[in-house]
Amino acid sequence: MTIADPKAPRADQADLDKAADRPEDADQWTAKIRSAAVDALPPQKLLPDRQPAYVASWIYVFGVVTIAALIVVIGTGFVLALFGPNWWHVSSTGLFVNSLHLWAVEVFMFSMVIHLWGKFFMAAWRGKRKATWISGVVSFLVSVGAAFTGYLSQQNFDSQWISTQAKDGINSTGAGAIFNVTNFGQMIMWHIVLLPLVVVALVGLHVLMVRLRGVVTPFAAKNETPGVDAATSGAEVQA
Amino acid sequence: MPAIAFVFGALINLNHPGNYIHWGFIQMSYGNLAVIILMVVVFLAAILIPFKTHKEKGGER
Amino acid sequence: MTADTAKGHGKPRKFVQDRDAVVWHGRYEPYDLAKEFLVALIVVVVLVAGLAVLFGSPDDKPVTVKSWATSNPVDFAQTAITELDGTSGTAGYGPPYNLNGTAQSIGPISPAKWLGVHHPIDTANDYVLAPLDTLPNDPQVQAAVAEYRNASSAQQTAWTTAYEKAVAKATFSDGKLVVPPGDYGPVGTIVSSLTAMARSGALDGALLSSRQFYGTDYTKPLLFIADGQYLANLASNQHLAGDQWGMMNETGQWPGQAWLWLYTLWYQVPPANNSTNGDIEVFAFMIALTALLAALPFIPGLRSIPRWTRVYRLIWRNHYREVEGRSGSGGTSGSPPQQTAGEAREPVTV
Repeated sequence: MTIADPKAPRADQADLDKAADRPEDADQWTAKIRSAAVDALPPQKLLPDRQPAYVASWIYVFGVVTIAALIVVIGTGFVLALFGPNWWHVSSTGLFVNSLHLWAVEVFMFSMVIHLWGKFFMAAWRGKRKATWISGVVSFLVSVGAAFTGYLSQQNFDSQWISTQAKDGINSTGAGAIFNVTNFGQMIMWHIVLLPLVVVALVGLHVLMVRLRGVVTPFAAKNETPGVDAATSGAEVQA
Repeated sequence: MPAIAFVFGALINLNHPGNYIHWGFIQMSYGNLAVIILMVVVFLAAILIPFKTHKEKGGER
Repeated sequence: MTADTAKGHGKPRKFVQDRDAVVWHGRYEPYDLAKEFLVALIVVVVLVAGLAVLFGSPDDKPVTVKSWATSNPVDFAQTAITELDGTSGTAGYGPPYNLNGTAQSIGPISPAKWLGVHHPIDTANDYVLAPLDTLPNDPQVQAAVAEYRNASSAQQTAWTTAYEKAVAKATFSDGKLVVPPGDYGPVGTIVSSLTAMARSGALDGALLSSRQFYGTDYTKPLLFIADGQYLANLASNQHLAGDQWGMMNETGQWPGQAWLWLYTLWYQVPPANNSTNGDIEVFAFMIALTALLAALPFIPGLRSIPRWTRVYRLIWRNHYREVEGRSGSGGTSGSPPQQTAGEAREPVTV
């Protein structure tokens, strides 16, 4: 008995390739979802190895720097969670990891705001990119909320002051009935479970949208007519 | 050379009452002011410093 | 002009520079996203580690009812009487803690009022009488508490009003609260023993575990501590008070939350800075501004600011140099003759 070479084409490969095109699978959810996903974001678009020539400025790195900082925030947060909320008060290693976590948050917010300024001055919402802009703004808001619940989870003087003051703002909106900033247990669960999931989901969506639409093209040059690419005879416009 | 114990504490002790600038109705800590000024500087640097592309480097990056 | 939200398939729309963009048909350059990500991660890790080694992070010890009553027993006693007679901040707060105060509103809109009480606090009982009930073997205290509870509310008010006036001039010596003499009924004993209970640490425990063994909800002790001046004085020494732009600040000299600058700004200026509805007013304004930021792509004028300010000319200066350098001649936009990735490849369809 011979063992099939795993690299050889499978006898049913043609069948597999055409699975989504078979009429009998037209109603199949899995096939439809896969086809839609691959059509929208084929591998070359999901992970492109080229960018338009105008993507040549240091301002473009601040998106990925923000993501890198988020990864460090989550990684250091993971270590803090490993040892529990009391660890950093009683261990010098714990205090150091807390410092890493705090400064990663500062770098995260720093680079996110610079990314926002850059995207604003590029009017990066142009050309069907409104959802990308909006998901970015919402990510910013949720990140501020995530940081807020972190400050509330410190179990020190700072968190005592922040919680007893912030409660007034939040109570005034009625949200204090449910979101109780003086409830440490609730705040730390929002901070390490709920909000990180939401932030990561939003950032993931945001990046997928950037890949979907591509990096926004520059405004028309002085010798170009807006809406008409000088390279082509017609306007192919994202509008 | 600082002992390894310093690594877990901090080389610069910021545990003193903060200093604040007062400008009209604005009050800001030196720490926050430094962060904000740095953000503006980094933003300007990012858009002004040339970004070398593959083509301009004339070879493998 | 057609609506911004139209999908635009097949229907020709007027090109609006601040809303629409052309598709790129020019030159592409190799751009290694994976390598860029790894470099960014390494740079961030090194930067964060460096900052952590240089500056560390703050950790000011929390205030306890014990530390408060030990450092400033007179402030504790002055707060305790207001909890008993219902004049403290928490006692008269209103929703979500009780119905003794008016919730903030903007016109007819008062969400806190609509949502009601969710974290009930009865300060006289929760902060004063019930904790004293837990003291074992102290017949004098039990008698004082019973006498207070059994008195009419008019009598209770007479005692507490008199005591509150007197305790404003109280001192503390030899481990005892010294209050000018007067007719306070059992209230003097109540406040003195509560102060002693606080100084012993027993009150911290009583406030937290009043309903359960495993507590993670510190609402009761926190609100009690925040009703006093002690916590507030510590905070304003560190520039953390609301009227000191405190929301942005951190203890010590560490940078704080600079991103909250716009939220705290409104608390420093009229009308919010001296309005009883200041919090809800600031919140409403911030929601409006945030919605404006999110909706920027839809707002003519605001969305034109990037084009008017021309910062983009700096960002894309290489591109403009190439395109404008060819002043009107034909050829592919942005693609001078060269050997690397060029016109031959179709750009990825967007």
